[in-house]
Amino acid sequence: MGKDGYIQRKKSIRCRQFIFYLTLLAGFSSFNVLAEYGDVVLNRNAELNDMRPVVFPHWFHRIRFRCKVCHHELGFEMRAGSNDINMGDIIDGKFCGMCHNGETAWSVDNCDLCHSGKPGLKTGIHGSNETSGPGRW
Amino acid sequence: MMKATSFLTSLLFLLSLNTAQGAPGWKALTNDEVHDPTSPAIGILQEPATALALLPSDTSGNRVSWIRALRERYIQPRTNIYPETEIKVLDMDIIMELTGEMPLVRFPHKPHTEWLDCDNCHDKIFIEKVGANPVNMFAILAGEYCGRCHGAVAFPLTECNRCHSVDRATFTGQPGAQPEKKVSELIN
Repeated sequence: MGKDGYIQRKKSIRCRQFIFYLTLLAGFSSFNVLAEYGDVVLNRNAELNDMRPVVFPHWFHRIRFRCKVCHHELGFEMRAGSNDINMGDIIDGKFCGMCHNGETAWSVDNCDLCHSGKPGLKTGIHGSNETSGPGRW
Repeated sequence: MMKATSFLTSLLFLLSLNTAQGAPGWKALTNDEVHDPTSPAIGILQEPATALALLPSDTSGNRVSWIRALRERYIQPRTNIYPETEIKVLDMDIIMELTGEMPLVRFPHKPHTEWLDCDNCHDKIFIEKVGANPVNMFAILAGEYCGRCHGAVAFPLTECNRCHSVDRATFTGQPGAQPEKKVSELIN
């Protein structure tokens, strides 16, 4: 190997070292990924009726209610998209309407507070194993 | 040259440490990619950071240790709406042995039943019989079994050792259902 070859090889090692540390940095940074919320988007009926999709934030509700309240007492299946919820049911006091009645929580005439999702979002759980987690990779 | 390289290395290392221990990244509602930033609800709905920063922290998921939040009474979520609903808490572990080369899995009923009712899992997700459920990581990663909640609303599947927590070499008991402990404290 000539001197030029030696220098080139040194350079390429330095270059590889740089890439290695850059990768290391990227790896460490990924530990600081943004928190995932497990929000459920409901858009089976919403946009068909010219409303924004509904966003249900699990984190907000679980501070106030255990899972069993909605998933046992109120009958919400534990699979996003498997609950056929419509405004009629809610107004009748079923599903969300058990609390969203103006007494425990805001009533159904505050449309925009639930119908607050980005247009075009699909029904499902967002920020979870369905999206950026290891599931469905 | 070596000096410069090692300087660069330590700088990058410090930077990465700093990044790794940074504040949890609770996205604001305007850029969580779920809420419409033009929605009138923005500014009225509670921002996640406002609520979650007050709770005991965790290193993954939504960065809250919900088990500690409940046990240490940072939060006191309601157990029921209907007065006649029976609140059932079970303190019984299941040790799962078919885990390949990974440590055995300890499934604790207690933290699960503090949040959930028996019928949330039995028999819809898990048949109530040891050995009757062909649980495996592929199914879990696809959102079945434990994956129904873990990764979505409970700690994610990247936290291997939280479930695979029992050392195979030192475990001397019988796998399967462990003796039921009395629930000393029913958290309400």
